[in-house]
Amino acid sequence: MIDSIGPNLVILVVGLLVFAAVFFLIFLLAERTSVKTQEVLRYAVFLGPALLLLAIGLLYPAGRTIYLSFMNKSGQEFVGLENYIWAFTTPEIQIVIRNTFIWVIVVPVFATIFGLAMAYLTDRMKFASVVKSLVFLPMAISMVGASIIWRFVYTFQPDEEKAEIGLLSAIVEAFGGEPNNWLLDAPLNTFLLIAVMVWIQTGFSMVVLSAAMKAIPDDIQEAAMLDGAGQLKRFFQVTIPMIRASIVVVITTTLIGTLKVFDIVRTMTGGNFSTSVVANEMYTQAFRQLNYGTGSTLAVLLLIAIIPLIWYNIRQLRLERTER
Amino acid sequence: MADTLKTKSDSQPLLTQRSKRKVKDAFASPFASALAIVIAVLWSIPTFGLLVSSFRPAELINTTGWWTAFANPEFTFDNYTSVLIEGTSTVPPLWYYFFNSFAITLPAAIFPLVLATFAAYALAWFDFKGREFLFFAIFTLQVIPLQMSLIPLLQLFARGVTIGDVTIIPDLGITGTYIPIWIAHTIFALPLATFLLHNFLRQIPRELVEAARVDGAGWFTLFRRVVFPLSIPAIASFAIFQFLWVWNDLLVGLTFGGGSQDILPLTVRLAEMVGTRGSGLEALMAGAFISMIVPLIVFFALQRYFVRGLLAGSVKG
Amino acid sequence: MAVIRRRGTAFAGIALASALVLSGCAAAEEETTADGGSDSGSSDSGDGLAAGCEAYEDYAGLSGTEVEMYSTIVGTEADAFRESFLEFEDCTGITINWNGSQDFEAQLPVRVAGGTAPDLALFPQPGLLAAMQETGEMVSAPQSVADSVAANFTPDWQAYGSIDGELYGAPFGANVKSFVWFSPSVFEANGWEIPTTWPELLDLSDTVLETSDIQPWCVGFGSGEATGWVGTDWMEDLMLRFQDGETYDQWVDHEIAFNDPKVAEVLAEAGKIIKNPDYVGNVSAIATTTFQDGGAGVVDGTCAMHRQASFFGGIAVNDFGATIVEPDDTTTENGISTFYFPGLTADDRPALGGGEFIGAFSDAPEVEAVMLYLTSADYHNTRASLNNWFSAHQGLDTANIADPVNSLGAEILQNATVFRFDASDVMPAEVGAGSFWREMTAWVAEDKSDEAVLDAIEASWPAS
Repeated sequence: MIDSIGPNLVILVVGLLVFAAVFFLIFLLAERTSVKTQEVLRYAVFLGPALLLLAIGLLYPAGRTIYLSFMNKSGQEFVGLENYIWAFTTPEIQIVIRNTFIWVIVVPVFATIFGLAMAYLTDRMKFASVVKSLVFLPMAISMVGASIIWRFVYTFQPDEEKAEIGLLSAIVEAFGGEPNNWLLDAPLNTFLLIAVMVWIQTGFSMVVLSAAMKAIPDDIQEAAMLDGAGQLKRFFQVTIPMIRASIVVVITTTLIGTLKVFDIVRTMTGGNFSTSVVANEMYTQAFRQLNYGTGSTLAVLLLIAIIPLIWYNIRQLRLERTER
Repeated sequence: MADTLKTKSDSQPLLTQRSKRKVKDAFASPFASALAIVIAVLWSIPTFGLLVSSFRPAELINTTGWWTAFANPEFTFDNYTSVLIEGTSTVPPLWYYFFNSFAITLPAAIFPLVLATFAAYALAWFDFKGREFLFFAIFTLQVIPLQMSLIPLLQLFARGVTIGDVTIIPDLGITGTYIPIWIAHTIFALPLATFLLHNFLRQIPRELVEAARVDGAGWFTLFRRVVFPLSIPAIASFAIFQFLWVWNDLLVGLTFGGGSQDILPLTVRLAEMVGTRGSGLEALMAGAFISMIVPLIVFFALQRYFVRGLLAGSVKG
Repeated sequence: MAVIRRRGTAFAGIALASALVLSGCAAAEEETTADGGSDSGSSDSGDGLAAGCEAYEDYAGLSGTEVEMYSTIVGTEADAFRESFLEFEDCTGITINWNGSQDFEAQLPVRVAGGTAPDLALFPQPGLLAAMQETGEMVSAPQSVADSVAANFTPDWQAYGSIDGELYGAPFGANVKSFVWFSPSVFEANGWEIPTTWPELLDLSDTVLETSDIQPWCVGFGSGEATGWVGTDWMEDLMLRFQDGETYDQWVDHEIAFNDPKVAEVLAEAGKIIKNPDYVGNVSAIATTTFQDGGAGVVDGTCAMHRQASFFGGIAVNDFGATIVEPDDTTTENGISTFYFPGLTADDRPALGGGEFIGAFSDAPEVEAVMLYLTSADYHNTRASLNNWFSAHQGLDTANIADPVNSLGAEILQNATVFRFDASDVMPAEVGAGSFWREMTAWVAEDKSDEAVLDAIEASWPAS
């Protein structure tokens, strides 16, 4: 099998070269054509590839998913709104939807707040990159790694004689308390799982917001200082408004990421003990139970869930367009 | 925005060197730094726990907390050597899969970024009807769980596309190579990448664009000589995240890697190490750390772009 | 500007040209590796077999082909399989490409629907085999394989691999679940005897409770998204003891309701042990204790008995530093062993087990050859002598089996008065890989009543 490194390397190099060559050539040729041709050509070249890939890879499957949500388990029979009714009336699924709401509100808010705090605190710090790297580290660890890490925080040892292996349990015990079976207790367990996601996502928001802060010209801050504004006032009345668009981007991205994440729930509790979220349940329905009807329905619910977010972003975009 | 940029250099004479230093010092509050360090340390404790555990023998990991390792040290390199160096007669050791991960991740980071920059450029600077709708359609596609795309895409790669008797896309014979994995990652990255890059690209000063167009630059030249160079910081910044996500991805590699061991990335191999019944967690710990090294290197290397990049609306009110 | 343009063209041209040249090389390289026979050292590039390979005559003439085998088995166990194929590969020139994934149950349907199905798949459950057969992508077992299976396996096994009377899955490895793990040295130190009937088992539990600090039983249900399957194993084992084979089949086929009084009786018996805090300690923690950790107590001496299938041995050795010993070996440190989970009486020896079935998605001749080889006594004996494996093959010589646990398992299989396959593997996925797991978890985690649990599972049984 090691001898396949050779051919694989060739494929890698060829792939990159072909990609580069194709676009080089296109640009070269396109720049020589007339202005009128370019007016038409630009759509094909700039929008074409992306739209084509998206149509094949996401749009068609999206359509297929919506279609399947009205069909039965194997996708052969039309069942109308049955799957949707199932989703909203089955108690377990109601809990799943409720949990998802909690995730979607808590994760973006806290990840953004912590990221903002870290970005601000390290803005003028020496060795800021070391400190920032530590907070960014969770993003570099795969989901599998993160799940193992937090397993060693939340593990509960039922046998009183034996030592605790989980960090949280050990700390509670050290303070004289009696540790719970953390992952078992709803709704605390949902918040504990959320903590893992916040732990990971803060790195992203910190990095983005930090970059945004660094682009604020010094003299604006200086001017505010000279005007006598204290540090807190400057933060809320100068810094934040100047990076508002970045904050919106961070919240949006984190929110969408939260809607889609299911690894954390799947590996830590398997979705039991009232911790499951829509993305996890969708995976269970479609891939464990081989029920593409209900699985697709849950996916459609995710689609519906971001409509408010889209509306908000449209508003933001329009506001900024008029300000230009 | 051009105004703001000009202000920076214009106002230099307004402040003396001394007052500038005073301002700077006022910012670098030791309290803030201390707090930042404390938070960073707390943040790292769970990971540190894993690091310590990865050097302990299996029985100790399963029976005692990792912090006890400092009181009763008993460390071993076994987990790392068994993961990294020992292969068996039939399976190559882990370092072989490093190559695959690279070969998959590099193009899978570059391709979507290039295509997304193109699309973002078009959506930010071309004026056409339905532009806003198109942008938000792409934005919405972010939410499509990629699990829903797996089967249609697999069918496409394995069999091509036929409607009735007409073959639209023939069987390309690419299963078992990296190419389906590249295409899949590119597709899944496009919506978010386009969204983030669009946000950045529309901040480019209108005056710069106008000036170039007046000089006779066509849309392509404009992109090549003005827009693209300006967007490199943003691209580099997103490249870090994209590299990371692809490097750590398990599902896409697993699904599109299909039946061929030859192209499997590191993550798939690591997942297999945890025995069929889920034992052997210690090997996975060592593996997780080994795997983490590369994204960290990329992060440090491209970090300086974070300073200047991702202007995403930062200087806009 | 003109200069740059020229250079740009030159660059693009060179890039394209080198791309073409390199892809030509790659294509040529791939062709040679496909043509030139396998790399496993066959001394022949044509039809004949290498010397000393007379045993493999039946599989001659297919040198240079490749067969992919896909399963859930990964890690060191997969290595053992790859090793077991080496001689076959060397002699016949057929390369067996062993591919494993822990996500097999989710990945296989995706691959099949997506058009990249493997040549052979190792199904851990007949239920999944049936589901895949319905997609129409599977091919039924070739005649030679069907004959071999008929000659070497009992009708029970053949039936589990067949759908509508036609054989789709050839039986492969087996495992027995009716085991109790214990530490011989601990038993000896306390003067406890291995129970041979159910009443004796309960008595022993009481004795342990009253005369020592050791917890009589330890149980762990945790298993990520499959949490709860250990509970289903308990139910199934007890169903075979407190009811009979026929009732078991009716239960599996849904000819009796899931909340039928007979089923309720079995659940109540299980509750006598699992839900008894005197026996198991913290009941709700069973749901969060992983099934691996569940047995740790037997190794370190904090609990007396752990009911778990044969594969627990590998886990105990790797994760807890145990050594597998014979039941009468009381001296080895951290030695653990197993005894048969007793029936109601000493003559009653029902066995609950599981096994794998090989299903084919391709009818190529090399696929048939491999499938046939894997049903031969030759292969089963080779594999069993390596490690941690046995099967229900009637030509398997139990003396060949590598370790005491697996040979006990084979013995139990061969002497069982009733043998049944793990029910949750046969029931429809909504139940067997869904509500049955979840409700058993809730049964311990939330102290759900027997009635509520059974009613919920019954309600989830698919209407078809």
